[in-house]
Amino acid sequence: MTDFVPLFALGELFPRGIIPYLLGGVLVGLGAAVIYLATGIIAGASTFLESTLSYVSDVPRFNRLTYVQSRDWRLVFTAGIVSGAAAYAVLFQGDLWTTEVQWWRLLGGGFLVGVGTRLGKGCTSGHGVCGIGSLSNTSVVNVATFLAFAIGTAQLVQALGVTP
Amino acid sequence: MSTELARRDPAERASDDRSGSDTADNRSPLVVPVIYIGGLLFGFGLAISGMARPEVVLDFLQFEDFGLLFVMGGAAVVTGITFTVATRFLHRAPLTATGYTRRLKSFDRNVVIGGTIFGIGWGISGICPGAAYASVGIGNYPILWAVAGMFLGAYAQGYWRTRRSLGTESTPETASS
Repeated sequence: MTDFVPLFALGELFPRGIIPYLLGGVLVGLGAAVIYLATGIIAGASTFLESTLSYVSDVPRFNRLTYVQSRDWRLVFTAGIVSGAAAYAVLFQGDLWTTEVQWWRLLGGGFLVGVGTRLGKGCTSGHGVCGIGSLSNTSVVNVATFLAFAIGTAQLVQALGVTP
Repeated sequence: MSTELARRDPAERASDDRSGSDTADNRSPLVVPVIYIGGLLFGFGLAISGMARPEVVLDFLQFEDFGLLFVMGGAAVVTGITFTVATRFLHRAPLTATGYTRRLKSFDRNVVIGGTIFGIGWGISGICPGAAYASVGIGNYPILWAVAGMFLGAYAQGYWRTRRSLGTESTPETASS
Protein backbone atom coordinates (compact mmCIF):
# COMPACT_ATOMS: atom_id res chain seq x y z
CA MET A 1 0.00 0.00 0.00
CA THR A 2 2.71 2.44 1.00
CA ASP A 3 4.55 1.75 -2.25
CA PHE A 4 1.51 2.76 -4.23
CA VAL A 5 1.45 6.38 -3.20
CA PRO A 6 4.77 7.53 -4.72
CA LEU A 7 4.10 5.53 -7.90
CA PHE A 8 0.76 7.24 -8.29
CA ALA A 9 2.38 10.61 -7.63
CA LEU A 10 5.05 9.94 -10.27
CA GLY A 11 2.33 9.10 -12.78
CA GLU A 12 0.73 12.44 -12.04
CA LEU A 13 3.98 14.31 -12.51
CA PHE A 14 4.88 12.49 -15.71
CA PRO A 15 1.66 11.53 -17.54
CA ARG A 16 3.62 10.69 -20.71
CA GLY A 17 6.36 8.84 -18.82
CA ILE A 18 9.96 10.01 -18.89
CA ILE A 19 11.53 7.85 -21.62
CA PRO A 20 10.83 10.07 -24.66
CA TYR A 21 11.97 13.12 -22.71
CA LEU A 22 15.19 11.54 -21.51
CA LEU A 23 15.96 9.97 -24.88
CA GLY A 24 15.28 13.25 -26.66
CA GLY A 25 17.44 15.17 -24.20
CA VAL A 26 20.35 12.75 -24.58
CA LEU A 27 20.13 13.04 -28.38
CA VAL A 28 20.09 16.84 -28.17
CA GLY A 29 23.19 16.63 -25.99
CA LEU A 30 24.85 14.18 -28.39
CA GLY A 31 24.15 16.50 -31.32
CA ALA A 32 25.92 19.34 -29.51
CA ALA A 33 28.70 16.95 -28.40
CA VAL A 34 29.43 15.67 -31.92
CA ILE A 35 29.84 19.23 -33.21
CA TYR A 36 31.94 20.25 -30.21
CA LEU A 37 34.29 17.27 -30.28
CA ALA A 38 34.89 17.52 -34.02
CA THR A 39 35.17 21.30 -34.35
CA GLY A 40 35.38 22.91 -30.90
CA ILE A 41 32.26 24.90 -31.77
CA ILE A 42 29.71 25.37 -29.00
CA ALA A 43 26.44 25.37 -30.88
CA GLY A 44 23.43 27.44 -29.90
CA ALA A 45 20.21 27.89 -31.80
CA SER A 46 19.35 31.57 -31.34
CA THR A 47 22.51 33.22 -32.74
CA PHE A 48 21.24 31.93 -36.10
CA LEU A 49 18.55 34.62 -35.94
CA GLU A 50 21.10 37.44 -35.91
CA SER A 51 23.77 35.82 -38.08
CA THR A 52 21.18 35.11 -40.78
CA LEU A 53 19.99 38.72 -40.69
CA SER A 54 23.52 39.73 -41.76
CA TYR A 55 22.74 38.33 -45.23
CA VAL A 56 20.00 40.90 -45.74
CA SER A 57 20.63 43.78 -43.32
CA ASP A 58 23.54 46.19 -42.99
CA VAL A 59 22.81 47.00 -39.34
CA PRO A 60 26.34 46.85 -37.83
CA ARG A 61 25.35 44.56 -34.96
CA PHE A 62 24.43 41.75 -37.35
CA ASN A 63 27.59 42.23 -39.39
CA ARG A 64 30.02 41.66 -36.55
CA LEU A 65 32.87 39.46 -37.69
CA THR A 66 31.80 36.60 -35.44
CA TYR A 67 28.34 36.49 -37.07
CA VAL A 68 29.50 36.88 -40.64
CA GLN A 69 32.11 34.15 -40.16
CA SER A 70 29.65 31.75 -38.57
CA ARG A 71 26.50 32.47 -40.58
CA ASP A 72 27.07 29.73 -43.13
CA TRP A 73 27.54 26.88 -40.68
CA ARG A 74 24.70 28.20 -38.52
CA LEU A 75 22.43 27.91 -41.54
CA VAL A 76 23.64 24.31 -41.97
CA PHE A 77 23.05 23.58 -38.26
CA THR A 78 19.49 24.88 -38.51
CA ALA A 79 18.90 22.90 -41.71
CA GLY A 80 20.12 19.84 -39.78
CA ILE A 81 17.64 20.51 -36.95
CA VAL A 82 14.75 20.85 -39.41
CA SER A 83 15.80 17.67 -41.27
CA GLY A 84 16.34 15.67 -38.07
CA ALA A 85 12.85 16.54 -36.86
CA ALA A 86 11.47 15.78 -40.32
CA ALA A 87 13.16 12.35 -40.21
CA TYR A 88 11.43 11.69 -36.89
CA ALA A 89 8.10 12.77 -38.38
CA VAL A 90 8.50 10.49 -41.40
CA LEU A 91 9.54 7.49 -39.27
CA PHE A 92 7.24 7.78 -36.26
CA GLN A 93 4.64 10.47 -36.77
CA GLY A 94 3.17 9.68 -40.16
CA ASP A 95 1.15 12.80 -40.80
CA LEU A 96 1.91 16.48 -40.30
CA TRP A 97 1.41 17.70 -36.78
CA THR A 98 0.08 21.21 -36.22
CA THR A 99 -0.28 23.25 -33.06
CA GLU A 100 -3.50 24.61 -31.60
CA VAL A 101 -1.70 27.60 -30.12
CA GLN A 102 -3.14 30.80 -31.62
CA TRP A 103 -1.11 32.60 -34.28
CA TRP A 104 -0.99 35.82 -32.30
CA ARG A 105 0.60 34.01 -29.36
CA LEU A 106 3.18 32.45 -31.67
CA LEU A 107 3.96 35.76 -33.35
CA GLY A 108 3.95 37.92 -30.20
CA GLY A 109 5.68 35.33 -28.02
CA GLY A 110 8.16 34.65 -30.81
CA PHE A 111 8.97 38.36 -31.01
CA LEU A 112 9.79 38.47 -27.29
CA VAL A 113 11.85 35.26 -27.64
CA GLY A 114 13.80 36.92 -30.45
CA VAL A 115 14.50 40.04 -28.38
CA GLY A 116 15.17 38.22 -25.12
CA THR A 117 17.45 35.45 -26.37
CA ARG A 118 19.69 37.88 -28.23
CA LEU A 119 19.78 40.46 -25.44
CA GLY A 120 20.45 37.69 -22.91
CA LYS A 121 23.17 36.08 -25.07
CA GLY A 122 21.52 32.72 -25.55
CA CYS A 123 18.49 30.50 -25.34
CA THR A 124 17.44 27.08 -24.14
CA SER A 125 20.24 25.41 -26.10
CA GLY A 126 23.09 27.90 -25.64
CA HIS A 127 22.50 28.75 -21.98
CA GLY A 128 20.22 25.86 -21.04
CA VAL A 129 22.15 22.94 -22.49
CA CYS A 130 25.71 24.12 -23.27
CA GLY A 131 25.95 26.81 -20.58
CA ILE A 132 24.58 24.62 -17.79
CA GLY A 133 26.83 21.81 -19.08
CA SER A 134 29.75 24.26 -18.74
CA LEU A 135 28.67 25.15 -15.18
CA SER A 136 28.61 28.80 -16.25
CA ASN A 137 27.23 31.13 -13.58
CA THR A 138 25.95 33.50 -16.27
CA SER A 139 23.96 30.68 -17.84
CA VAL A 140 22.60 29.44 -14.52
CA VAL A 141 21.30 32.94 -13.75
CA ASN A 142 19.83 33.31 -17.24
CA VAL A 143 18.11 29.91 -17.15
CA ALA A 144 16.70 30.48 -13.66
CA THR A 145 15.36 33.85 -14.85
CA PHE A 146 13.72 32.64 -18.03
CA LEU A 147 12.27 29.53 -16.37
CA ALA A 148 10.74 31.58 -13.56
CA PHE A 149 9.19 34.12 -15.94
CA ALA A 150 8.03 31.47 -18.39
CA ILE A 151 6.27 29.55 -15.63
CA GLY A 152 4.65 32.71 -14.27
CA THR A 153 3.55 33.83 -17.73
CA ALA A 154 2.19 30.44 -18.79
CA GLN A 155 0.23 30.12 -15.53
CA LEU A 156 -1.17 33.62 -16.09
CA VAL A 157 -2.15 32.75 -19.66
CA GLN A 158 -3.94 29.67 -18.32
CA ALA A 159 -5.62 31.62 -15.53
CA LEU A 160 -6.93 34.09 -18.12
CA GLY A 161 -8.65 31.17 -19.79
CA VAL A 162 -6.54 31.15 -22.95
CA THR A 163 -5.98 27.58 -24.16
CA PRO A 164 -4.05 25.49 -25.02
CA MET B 1 22.62 54.75 -18.57
CA SER B 2 23.12 54.52 -22.32
CA THR B 3 26.69 55.76 -22.09
CA GLU B 4 27.48 53.00 -19.67
CA LEU B 5 25.98 50.43 -22.00
CA ALA B 6 27.89 51.73 -25.00
CA ARG B 7 31.13 51.76 -23.08
CA ARG B 8 30.68 48.20 -21.98
CA ASP B 9 29.61 46.91 -25.35
CA PRO B 10 33.06 46.47 -26.98
CA ALA B 11 34.39 44.61 -23.93
CA GLU B 12 31.34 42.41 -23.84
CA ARG B 13 31.73 41.74 -27.51
CA ALA B 14 35.39 40.81 -27.13
CA SER B 15 34.75 38.48 -24.22
CA ASP B 16 31.86 36.80 -25.97
CA ASP B 17 33.98 36.31 -29.05
CA ARG B 18 36.63 34.62 -26.97
CA SER B 19 34.28 32.48 -24.94
CA GLY B 20 32.85 30.57 -27.88
CA SER B 21 35.13 29.37 -30.61
CA ASP B 22 32.17 29.79 -32.92
CA THR B 23 34.06 31.95 -35.38
CA ALA B 24 35.90 28.90 -36.63
CA ASP B 25 35.27 28.88 -40.33
CA ASN B 26 35.42 25.87 -42.53
CA ARG B 27 38.97 24.69 -42.14
CA SER B 28 38.21 21.15 -43.17
CA PRO B 29 35.70 20.06 -45.80
CA LEU B 30 34.23 17.82 -43.10
CA VAL B 31 33.16 20.72 -40.87
CA VAL B 32 29.90 21.38 -42.69
CA PRO B 33 28.82 17.69 -42.89
CA VAL B 34 29.63 17.18 -39.18
CA ILE B 35 27.61 20.25 -38.22
CA TYR B 36 24.74 18.95 -40.33
CA ILE B 37 24.91 15.53 -38.61
CA GLY B 38 25.01 17.22 -35.21
CA GLY B 39 21.97 19.27 -36.23
CA LEU B 40 20.18 16.09 -37.34
CA LEU B 41 20.67 14.48 -33.91
CA PHE B 42 19.68 17.72 -32.22
CA GLY B 43 16.47 18.06 -34.23
CA PHE B 44 15.60 14.36 -34.00
CA GLY B 45 16.02 14.61 -30.22
CA LEU B 46 13.85 17.72 -29.99
CA ALA B 47 11.13 15.97 -31.99
CA ILE B 48 11.21 12.78 -29.85
CA SER B 49 11.18 14.82 -26.65
CA GLY B 50 8.03 16.67 -27.66
CA MET B 51 9.68 20.08 -27.30
CA ALA B 52 8.88 20.76 -30.94
CA ARG B 53 5.23 20.88 -29.82
CA PRO B 54 4.34 24.10 -27.96
CA GLU B 55 1.56 22.24 -26.12
CA VAL B 56 4.11 19.95 -24.43
CA VAL B 57 6.19 22.93 -23.33
CA LEU B 58 3.08 24.73 -22.02
CA ASP B 59 2.07 21.57 -20.10
CA PHE B 60 5.46 21.72 -18.40
CA LEU B 61 5.23 25.43 -17.60
CA GLN B 62 1.70 24.94 -16.26
CA PHE B 63 2.88 22.07 -14.00
CA GLU B 64 0.89 19.39 -15.79
CA ASP B 65 3.84 17.34 -17.02
CA PHE B 66 7.35 17.73 -15.66
CA GLY B 67 8.98 15.58 -18.33
CA LEU B 68 10.78 18.53 -19.90
CA LEU B 69 13.15 18.58 -16.94
CA PHE B 70 14.63 15.40 -18.38
CA VAL B 71 15.17 16.97 -21.79
CA MET B 72 17.24 19.88 -20.52
CA GLY B 73 18.76 17.75 -17.76
CA GLY B 74 19.64 14.83 -20.03
CA ALA B 75 21.14 17.14 -22.64
CA ALA B 76 23.12 19.15 -20.06
CA VAL B 77 24.57 15.98 -18.51
CA VAL B 78 25.78 14.80 -21.93
CA THR B 79 27.31 18.17 -22.84
CA GLY B 80 28.69 18.52 -19.30
CA ILE B 81 30.57 15.20 -19.54
CA THR B 82 31.73 16.08 -23.06
CA PHE B 83 33.01 19.53 -22.08
CA THR B 84 34.75 18.17 -18.98
CA VAL B 85 36.49 15.34 -20.82
CA ALA B 86 37.48 17.49 -23.80
CA THR B 87 38.82 20.47 -21.84
CA ARG B 88 40.78 18.24 -19.46
CA PHE B 89 42.08 15.44 -21.62
CA LEU B 90 41.88 16.42 -25.26
CA HIS B 91 44.06 18.92 -27.01
CA ARG B 92 42.51 20.42 -30.11
CA ALA B 93 39.42 19.79 -32.19
CA PRO B 94 40.53 17.63 -35.14
CA LEU B 95 38.64 19.50 -37.88
CA THR B 96 39.44 23.09 -36.93
CA ALA B 97 42.54 22.85 -34.69
CA THR B 98 40.60 25.00 -32.21
CA GLY B 99 41.32 24.49 -28.53
CA TYR B 100 38.44 23.15 -26.43
CA THR B 101 36.81 25.75 -24.16
CA ARG B 102 33.74 25.82 -21.96
CA ARG B 103 30.83 28.11 -22.77
CA LEU B 104 31.36 31.01 -20.40
CA LYS B 105 29.61 34.23 -21.36
CA SER B 106 30.28 37.48 -19.53
CA PHE B 107 27.66 38.54 -17.02
CA ASP B 108 25.87 41.86 -17.10
CA ARG B 109 22.34 43.04 -16.48
CA ASN B 110 21.34 42.19 -20.06
CA VAL B 111 21.64 38.51 -19.12
CA VAL B 112 18.81 39.04 -16.62
CA ILE B 113 16.76 41.48 -18.72
CA GLY B 114 17.06 39.22 -21.78
CA GLY B 115 16.20 36.14 -19.73
CA THR B 116 13.09 37.90 -18.43
CA ILE B 117 11.88 38.92 -21.90
CA PHE B 118 12.67 35.47 -23.31
CA GLY B 119 10.83 33.81 -20.41
CA ILE B 120 7.70 35.88 -20.97
CA GLY B 121 7.77 35.09 -24.69
CA TRP B 122 8.35 31.38 -24.02
CA GLY B 123 5.44 31.35 -21.56
CA ILE B 124 3.11 33.01 -24.07
CA SER B 125 4.03 30.88 -27.08
CA GLY B 126 5.54 27.67 -25.69
CA ILE B 127 8.31 27.82 -28.26
CA CYS B 128 12.05 28.57 -28.17
CA PRO B 129 14.44 28.93 -31.14
CA GLY B 130 15.82 25.38 -31.51
CA ALA B 131 12.42 23.83 -30.88
CA ALA B 132 10.87 26.20 -33.44
CA TYR B 133 13.21 24.94 -36.18
CA ALA B 134 12.42 21.35 -35.18
CA SER B 135 8.73 22.21 -35.22
CA VAL B 136 9.03 23.25 -38.87
CA GLY B 137 10.48 19.77 -39.49
CA ILE B 138 7.49 17.93 -38.01
CA GLY B 139 5.23 19.80 -40.40
CA ASN B 140 3.88 22.34 -37.94
CA TYR B 141 3.49 25.14 -40.46
CA PRO B 142 1.72 27.57 -38.08
CA ILE B 143 5.06 27.74 -36.20
CA LEU B 144 6.28 29.97 -39.03
CA TRP B 145 4.43 32.75 -37.18
CA ALA B 146 6.80 32.16 -34.28
CA VAL B 147 9.87 31.96 -36.53
CA ALA B 148 8.84 35.24 -38.15
CA GLY B 149 8.32 36.75 -34.70
CA MET B 150 11.79 35.63 -33.60
CA PHE B 151 13.46 37.19 -36.62
CA LEU B 152 11.50 40.41 -36.08
CA GLY B 153 12.47 40.43 -32.41
CA ALA B 154 16.13 39.74 -33.15
CA TYR B 155 16.08 42.50 -35.76
CA ALA B 156 14.35 44.96 -33.42
CA GLN B 157 16.87 44.50 -30.60
CA GLY B 158 19.83 44.68 -33.00
CA TYR B 159 18.48 47.84 -34.64
CA TRP B 160 17.66 49.42 -31.29
CA ARG B 161 21.02 48.57 -29.71
CA THR B 162 22.93 49.84 -32.74
CA ARG B 163 20.96 53.10 -32.74
CA ARG B 164 21.47 53.49 -29.04
CA SER B 165 25.23 53.01 -29.12
CA LEU B 166 25.61 55.29 -32.18
CA GLY B 167 23.48 57.92 -30.46
CA THR B 168 25.60 57.91 -27.33
CA GLU B 169 28.80 58.28 -29.32
CA SER B 170 27.69 61.48 -31.03
CA THR B 171 25.79 63.13 -28.16
CA PRO B 172 26.92 61.63 -24.88
CA GLU B 173 25.39 64.29 -22.61
CA THR B 174 21.82 63.89 -23.84
CA ALA B 175 22.00 60.14 -24.15
CA SER B 176 20.59 59.35 -20.74
CA SER B 177 17.17 60.75 -21.63
